[in-house]
Amino acid sequence: MMRAAGAEGRRVRIRGGGTKWSWGRPAEPPEVDVSTERLDRVVEHNEGDLTAVFEAGLPFARAQEALANAGQMVALDPPFGLPGEGDRATIGGVVATGDSGPLRHRYGAPRDLILGITVALSDGTVARAGGKVIKNVAGYDLAKLFTGSFGTLGLIVEVVMRLHPRPPETVTAVGVSGDPDALGEAASAVAHSPFGPECLDVSWDGGHGEVMARFVGAAPEAGAREVVKLLERAGLDARLAADDDDRWNRQRARQRSADGAVVRVSGLASELPKVLRSAREVGASLVGRAGLGLSWMTLGEGDVPELVSNIEEVRRRLHPFPCVVLDAPAEVREKVEVWGDDGALPLMRRVKARFDGPGVCNPGIFVGGI
Amino acid sequence: MIDDRLVERFRHICGPEHVLTDRHELRTYESDGLRHYRTPAALAVLPGSADEVRQIVLACHGAKVPWVARGAGTGLSGGAIPVEDGVLVVLTRLNRILEVDLDNQRVVVEPCVTNAAISKAVGPTHFYPPDPSSQVVSTIGGNVAENAGGLHCFKYGFTTNYVTGLEIVLSDGEVATLGGKELDRPGYDLVGTFVGSEGTLGIATRITLRVTPEAEGHRTMVGYFDSIEQAGQAVTDIVGAGMVPAAIEIMDKLTIEATENWTHAGYPVDVGAALIVELDGSEAECDARFDDVMEIYERNGATGTRVAEDEDERALIWKARKAAFAAMGYVSPYYYVQDSVIPRTRLAEVLKRIDGLSRDYGFKVANVFHAGDGNLHPLVCYDARKEGELERAEELSGKIVLACVEAGGSITGEHGVGLDKKQLMTAMFSEQDLQAFQRLRCAFDPDQLANPGKVMPTPRLCGEVPGPYRKHPLEQAGVAERF
Repeated sequence: MMRAAGAEGRRVRIRGGGTKWSWGRPAEPPEVDVSTERLDRVVEHNEGDLTAVFEAGLPFARAQEALANAGQMVALDPPFGLPGEGDRATIGGVVATGDSGPLRHRYGAPRDLILGITVALSDGTVARAGGKVIKNVAGYDLAKLFTGSFGTLGLIVEVVMRLHPRPPETVTAVGVSGDPDALGEAASAVAHSPFGPECLDVSWDGGHGEVMARFVGAAPEAGAREVVKLLERAGLDARLAADDDDRWNRQRARQRSADGAVVRVSGLASELPKVLRSAREVGASLVGRAGLGLSWMTLGEGDVPELVSNIEEVRRRLHPFPCVVLDAPAEVREKVEVWGDDGALPLMRRVKARFDGPGVCNPGIFVGGI
Repeated sequence: MIDDRLVERFRHICGPEHVLTDRHELRTYESDGLRHYRTPAALAVLPGSADEVRQIVLACHGAKVPWVARGAGTGLSGGAIPVEDGVLVVLTRLNRILEVDLDNQRVVVEPCVTNAAISKAVGPTHFYPPDPSSQVVSTIGGNVAENAGGLHCFKYGFTTNYVTGLEIVLSDGEVATLGGKELDRPGYDLVGTFVGSEGTLGIATRITLRVTPEAEGHRTMVGYFDSIEQAGQAVTDIVGAGMVPAAIEIMDKLTIEATENWTHAGYPVDVGAALIVELDGSEAECDARFDDVMEIYERNGATGTRVAEDEDERALIWKARKAAFAAMGYVSPYYYVQDSVIPRTRLAEVLKRIDGLSRDYGFKVANVFHAGDGNLHPLVCYDARKEGELERAEELSGKIVLACVEAGGSITGEHGVGLDKKQLMTAMFSEQDLQAFQRLRCAFDPDQLANPGKVMPTPRLCGEVPGPYRKHPLEQAGVAERF
């Protein structure tokens, strides 16, 4: 199928669960829709080796359910990726977009957990890179190249992922404040502390801000109690929360918006107060990985010109941090550059040309119109 | 031979004292950590800045002369061995830490800052987790090229998980800035693509690294066992209990003997294997898990245990492990280090095969093992002064690697392919896979001037049309042969 599309120069749009279908630059409609829907098997689960091989179209939630029986998980929790959220985000889609959730604080992004990949290129080549063991440096790391490439280099057929044990107990330390500087100070204190939370997030909505740190393991409470003290010292009103799943699921859900626009800010942890103040100025709500400098800002409903001007305002205030528009109404996507630019664009174009010579894989949706 | 005008150009760029053409001076650089391979460079040049690197590479591009970048030369796969009639770009003068941004847990360095210097610059509150045993001398540039690992990979990951930004010089002399201090910059993950590319995609002149806070507590404990299989089972039980220790290492009897001879770290030499486990995390977490590990040691028949009572003893326990390769000199005048990886659950069966092969060839094979992630370092002991022993040791080494690949593993976990293992690439990858690698190579370096002859098993051109489909070598497991 890929070979035929390549040979005939027909534009292919690759689709998993379709949850991030609208992301990227507006582009000409595809001539061929390729769905990974039927590639939905758990090919291998090597429990003792903490690895698993999945076909790309496997719903992420189903992969997690299968692993949970062995007390394991893929340590990624992107939106639409948990059991109970429907068979929506697929493993291939999560890898292709590099999407992640609060677990990123400890475990990293898809790029950090992918061990191997099988891809189909537009000339019909089916190639594999990486391996099935958690440590391997043989050959170029094409798995990382394809992770986050939005299907513009080829179709991800199969991935090998590293697994982690599912921690037994969780408890969350939460601190509340309406002061961006206090929230920033609190988040920084936790991020630099030696207690090692599994997740460290911030949220902001209508003047109400929270810093939250989740602890897991055999004795999670001790670390959480220490962090409550750190939060209090920064001027936050802090406490422990034991039944904390809802809270973290809210954080995940708020990375997405059905009607408004979501801007992902690649900032620096030390600039969190500035990011929070920017959100406040444009009336946006925000969730973020406070220790990593990543934030998802939701600019609520509003008319198109207002959303567009607010996006530009956020970019102006946070320059030079990359601010990528993820969810947004189609009219807004037409009017803003969703990715921003990147200095390495010429090299990226060279990579694209080598892997997708005919230029048929998801053309136009990526950075610089790749 | 390098054209005189090019030599003049280099002298002009770097100053005459930083261009080496004397045959004797060049001998210093004819080899790296893979000592039995040697190729003299035609010329070595020692730039003092990123811009000098750019000018050198640009000059090479103009003259279509290949080059190899080199850091400390501690690599174990021959990745920094010069190419004949090529230029060796020695980066040792680029050794400055440019910025320590502890607020954002980032450090920006030139390529020849040593690995150990990073942790030193951010300690004692923070550290840089990838810790190859050569960390006191091996450089970050080399670590980036090889995607270096170390003892703490099982929990903390590899170099690639800690590089967030790179400034690289491409082989046409262009400079590209990839990533930065921020995560998830838009576009392809060219940082992740470059790390581990073994010097074939360009030269990193500026590297941004992520560092991480030191944990509140550490517990380092050693269990001694009669057999390596028992130690392996203990590892299985630890992982099965849902623990992710900071480090899990196994040394076999021969390795313990060698290392104890040198470091006198207090390991008993009459045991079959030592299993070192290091836990880190909050004190409460460490306490809870400590008892679990000790119970697992006991359950698997540990004949004794040792717990680090303080930081000095912790350092001593690790000193012995980190000295394992070097100490092997006490056991054998020559040894050949392998770096293959297996799915950890196949340990017992692979060790049996290695043992069998070792007997067949009549060479002792010592085993040091990053047990958490399945990375084996079999050390084949031989005597190069005896006719044919090197060749036979290489052959045995190759067979060990193939046995690991057949068990579902990899030819290299952290040392890289380089020259040493390029012929073994076909045991892991099909022609189509290799062609896909070549596409990347050609995107970065269409003239293939950067470290040519490494990684890929056979020379190939850019722009070559991928060949027809062939059966994957793994489907025909066992037919591949080295040389």
